[in-house]
Amino acid sequence: MKCEDVSKELIAYLDRRANSAERHNVEEHLSACSDCRTRAEELRRLWNVLDEVPMVEPSLGFDARMRARIAEEPRPRWFNWLVPQPRLAFSMALLLALSVWMVQRPQDNSGLAAQSEHEQFQVIKNLDVLENYDVLSKFDALDEVPLEPTPAPADQAQPNDQQQDDGG
Amino acid sequence: MLDVKAGDDASFELLLQKYRTPLVNFLFRMVRDTATAEDLAQEVFLRVYRARKEYSPSAKFTTWLFRIATNLALNSVRDNRHRRMEVSLDAPVEEDEAPLQVPTREMRIDEHMVERDRADFIRRAVASLPEKQRVAVLLHKYEEMDYGEIARILDCSESALKSLLFRAYENLRVQLAPLVSQAVPHRAGEGRPV
Repeated sequence: MKCEDVSKELIAYLDRRANSAERHNVEEHLSACSDCRTRAEELRRLWNVLDEVPMVEPSLGFDARMRARIAEEPRPRWFNWLVPQPRLAFSMALLLALSVWMVQRPQDNSGLAAQSEHEQFQVIKNLDVLENYDVLSKFDALDEVPLEPTPAPADQAQPNDQQQDDGG
Repeated sequence: MLDVKAGDDASFELLLQKYRTPLVNFLFRMVRDTATAEDLAQEVFLRVYRARKEYSPSAKFTTWLFRIATNLALNSVRDNRHRRMEVSLDAPVEEDEAPLQVPTREMRIDEHMVERDRADFIRRAVASLPEKQRVAVLLHKYEEMDYGEIARILDCSESALKSLLFRAYENLRVQLAPLVSQAVPHRAGEGRPV
């Protein structure tokens, strides 16, 4: 064991918190190294020196001041369980807002559905009129619509076709 | 602490009685002012009281208590340092702020210094340690906490803590050399030297 390695274990050895293997290693090194042995001895003396510092006692009014400060603290009330924690309240509000939004989404779709139903109803309402051929054929307004030119008779078209065939 | 969590104020009173003296001493050794140490100790207890409902017994109560105390003390030390720097950079150095005068080995300290001065000399040596070393020494030497607990308070590994403690005690051994050379060492089998 080198001096640097001992330095890490020396305090634990001196305050008797090192395990038996560590203690054995340190003791083996100290028996061979006079510098570390001197250092260990001085550290033991140092602890005695540090004990010379007297303890200070809290002042007489310490407890009374402490009790007064504790008394000023808000006391837990029986209805405190009703008051949610801020984080819980925020989470609940967020959940509520999300629920409302989720509920409103299907309502928008049903609105669209209702609109298309209205259009369908209008079509169905006029269905008897649209399906009644007599009404449509005798519809006076149709008389005013100009007639489309009638296609040429089939026998007039035939010679032309023949001429084309001959020419070809 | 679990009784305090359940709303038992009498148990909080017991905690106060048990821990006020070690806590005030720890804070006094950190900030070196009794009034500030007491104010900080009250703040620690108040924070424990306010957080009692959230307390979970996953760690030792003392670990939690001294972690709060350490954070408050370090903040106070840093705030105080900043405040003093803001006052005046040209202000004369106060007696309390004077660099640590290490007496030479030739001086007969025990003849010239009264006991109070010796204690003050030791306190100043401890206070001159870097923050983390100071906390480690105070918790190890005076609060007698185990390595695991101190490591959790300082948020480091036990191995790192052992190195930290060795460096801290080495610094103190050098600074307090005149006193160390006169001190009587612990004898083998005397019990825990710390």
